[in-house]
Formats: sequence, C-alpha cells, structure tokens
Amino acid sequence: MDSTSASGTAVNGKAHARAWREGSKPEVGSWREKSGLAQMLKGGVIMDVVTPDEAKIAEDAGACAVMALERVPSDIRRDGGVARMSDPDLIQGIIKAVSIPVMAKARIGHFVEAQILEALGVDYCDESEVLTPADNAYHINKWEFKMPFVCGATNLGEALRRIGEGAAMIRTKGEAGTGDVVQAVTHARTVLGHIKKIQHMDEEELMTEAKNLGAPFELVLEVHRTGKLPVVNFAAGGVATPADAALLMQIGVEGIFVGSGIFKSDNPEKMAAAIVKATTHYNDPDSLAEYSRGLGSAMKGIEVNKMSDDQRLEKRGW
Amino acid sequence: MVETSSRDHNAEAVIGHGGALKIGVLALQGDFIEHIHMLKKLGVEAFEIRKASELEGLDGLIIPGGESTTIRKLIDLFGFVPGLRALANRGAALWGTCAGMIVIAKELTDPYPEPLGLIDIKVSRNWFGRQVDSFEGEFAFKGIDGGPFLAVFIRAPVVESFGDSVDVLARLEDNGKPVAVRSGNILATAFHPELTEDTRVHEYFVSMARQAAASKSTAGAS
Repeated sequence: MDSTSASGTAVNGKAHARAWREGSKPEVGSWREKSGLAQMLKGGVIMDVVTPDEAKIAEDAGACAVMALERVPSDIRRDGGVARMSDPDLIQGIIKAVSIPVMAKARIGHFVEAQILEALGVDYCDESEVLTPADNAYHINKWEFKMPFVCGATNLGEALRRIGEGAAMIRTKGEAGTGDVVQAVTHARTVLGHIKKIQHMDEEELMTEAKNLGAPFELVLEVHRTGKLPVVNFAAGGVATPADAALLMQIGVEGIFVGSGIFKSDNPEKMAAAIVKATTHYNDPDSLAEYSRGLGSAMKGIEVNKMSDDQRLEKRGW
Repeated sequence: MVETSSRDHNAEAVIGHGGALKIGVLALQGDFIEHIHMLKKLGVEAFEIRKASELEGLDGLIIPGGESTTIRKLIDLFGFVPGLRALANRGAALWGTCAGMIVIAKELTDPYPEPLGLIDIKVSRNWFGRQVDSFEGEFAFKGIDGGPFLAVFIRAPVVESFGDSVDVLARLEDNGKPVAVRSGNILATAFHPELTEDTRVHEYFVSMARQAAASKSTAGAS
C-alpha cells in the first residue's frame, strides 16, 4: 500500500469533516487530531486485555495501545449471551494502570455506551461487531463525539460507510476469537484490492462504483486520487502468531490488533513481545524466524471455514 | 508517490551542494511515513531506520510521533541506545517530535519511560490530558519566517524546564510553556509538523542536518 500521501489525507479528511459537520468547532477533537492519533499507533500492536495486570504485560511487551474488555472474544464466543460495554470500573482501572492509550468497545449503534466511554476518558471507541449489536439498521453517528472511533470492515464499501459516519480508523473484522487468520487476510485483500481497482478507474466510472459500493461518492473520489483509505487501516480478527502479524503487514495493513491471541497462548509475555517485534520487522524473514522461536503453543482456535454462518461475528454491521 | 501536485518548488530550495544529504526516520513505531513523505517533498533522501546498524552515516535522524512508552521500549529491545548516543555525540542533527521529544529528554515528570538524556529539558507527558483534549493552534516559530505555524497537538507533552544550553523556539500563548526547543544539533517539538502540509519546520531541520554534514566533511578534509 502506498502510504506516502498520508499527511495530505489528514487535510482532505478534515475538509470532509467540515463539510459534513456544518457549524461544528474544529479546534477540539478535529478530524486531524482524531485520525492523527491513529497515525501515532501505526506500525504498532493493540492488545485485548481484561485486567490492569494484563494491561501492564501488554505495555511492557511494547503494545502501542490496549483494548479494555471484560472478556476476550474467544470467551464471549464460548459463553454466549448478550455481550455489552465493559464495566466503567474495569475500564478506569486499566486507564490508571498504563500510560499508553486505552480503547474500549461499544455495541454497534449504541451511542449511549459510546457517550459513557467518552465520559470515562477512553482514548478510542471501537464500535465493534464482537459485542451484540444494539441497532439493526444504523451505526453510531461518530461525528457527534470528540473521542475518535475505530470500526471494523470486511470490504471497501463498509469501510467508506464507517468513515463517512466519522470513523477515524478502520480495521478488518477478521473473525474474532478464532485464532484463525484467514478472514483477516480475506478482508485486508478485499479492501486493498478494491482500492487498487478504483485507483485505476476512469473518473466516469466512479459514481456508479460509489453506487455499487454503497459508499459516499466524495470518499470514492478520494480513494481514486490517493490510492489509500482516508484513515489508518489496521488488521484484526484471528491473529495468533508473529508470522500472522507479519503476513498482514506485508499484505499492506498499517498495524495489528491482537485479541484472544496473546492471553490465550501458553506464554502471554513472550507471545506479546514476539508479535510486537514481528510487526516492526515484518519484512525481515531472519528476524521473524528468531521471534517465532520457543513461544510455546499459540491459542488453540477454531477453523473459520468449518463454522456456520450464524456463528460468524463478521456478518454484523450494516 | 501519489500527490504529485504537492511536490513543489521547495525541492529546489533545499537541495544543496556537496552530495546527497542522508536523513533517517526511526521506523520502529509511529507516524514515520509522514516524516518520510515531508522529507521527500523537500527532495531529501529519506530512509526508514529499523535496525541500529542503519544509523551509521546519517546526517540527521528524526524520532517520530508515536507512543513514547512503546518507542522507548523498542529502542531498548532492538539495541538502539548506543547508536543514538553516538549519533548525537558526533554532531548529526537529531529531531524528536512529540513521543520523540519525550524519548530524547533529559528528565520526565513521570517515573517512566526512562528518557535518553540527549537534550537538557524536563518534559511533562500528556500534559494536555487524554485524547479528547488534543487540539491545534497557530504559533510563531523562532527562526522560521512566513507567518505563524499551524501546530497539531495530540496527547502532547510540554517542556516544564530547561537548561542554559537550550534555546526556546516556540511557546504556548497562554502560559508560555515551551513547545519547540533547540540545543545545538538537537531539536525537539511537542507537536506534529508532519501532519500538516507546511514543510517549514522540516526545512529548518534539513538545514540543521546540512550544517552537520558540512562540518563532517570539513573535519574529514582537515
């Protein structure tokens, strides 16, 4: 992926924000800062944690942010039931424990959970398919918040709709809580491949392409011009080893989320550090060989291709 | 390279004589690509530095924005400390932006991460609060002409105090806290010029690196 134009897109993105948020105050929580924080996370690893101790382990291993949760996705999957925003005590305990940014999840469309997370001082809200959706038709209007949002996407249309709603960062959905990287790879290739296709289209084709994608025309135009998403693009869902992380980086994402893959492995400290190092030196097989040694077992996992459709979290989102 | 339109006359303005200038950007984590992009706009050869051995021969190095705790840990993990000290000591230009400023400071108000002590400043991390308190504003920057500079602050630090060797280049308007400082070959900014379209601070740094390169070649000749 060509990321050399990123400093320009911050400005373009801001123009969109201004156009769509008439009368809003640009100085605080502006598009540039919201998407700018995501720029600061690039080349980094964001880890799911459920306790302050785990958050410290993640920070010590070199994570660039943590996702504060009550249960990691594989446990949410195992336990069933309705998955909701985490307890504010837990989130604030984790905020106190570390100096890196803390993210937390709200249900799709649950703007009040997002309001609560903003009130708690959470650095980033993940409007996440891992939790049970609260709205069957609509996502949160993310322009209403000073707090930036990250959202999942399985394809380019979905990514651009989320950015159109104000998401400052996109991640692939993958299939969370499985330890199987296949869907993260599929989604990353789908999004990046479609970007290349649009980049090489004639301008005449773009409106129909926007219609087919169900995406805002202005954002399709921007993708055509810049050859990249207007915001930072991470991979998530099923990353379980240093090699998985490096695979997605080589495919062209800008950073990695690891959910269950750290604390469901044999040796979380070692696995966490190895995935961080592999994400920095993703293009260096000798280093990757070194980082992959002696980690013990990765999480056991579930093969996504053998799962039924109703078990797939990636289908959530509109 | 996509934005051909933004490749402007600046390139000619800063390409000097005496061979190609080599500037590296520490690419362990953070917004290193944006710095590379700015340097390329200025027509400078820019390198992503991922291994300590790649520091050799650089005329300048930028430590980018990112997560200071993370970048500091990766500096240790990948064995960068001796190389960074050597680079600063041999007079190459060094610039820390935001997280980079924290990493090269002499002292922090927080107990960690342990800074490298390359510039005599005491820095307060996340001084403006958490992310929801990030902001942007315009500042005068000493040594840079052409009107105020739009500064983007993201969970930014400020300089709480500084030693005699340090020259303050920009301050917050309301309380006068320094947000851009220089000491000899070392520059530190609390904000992110790489997230704007304004290349003037990068030009300023490139001229620092050019001076470093010139004194290196003079020293080599004598």
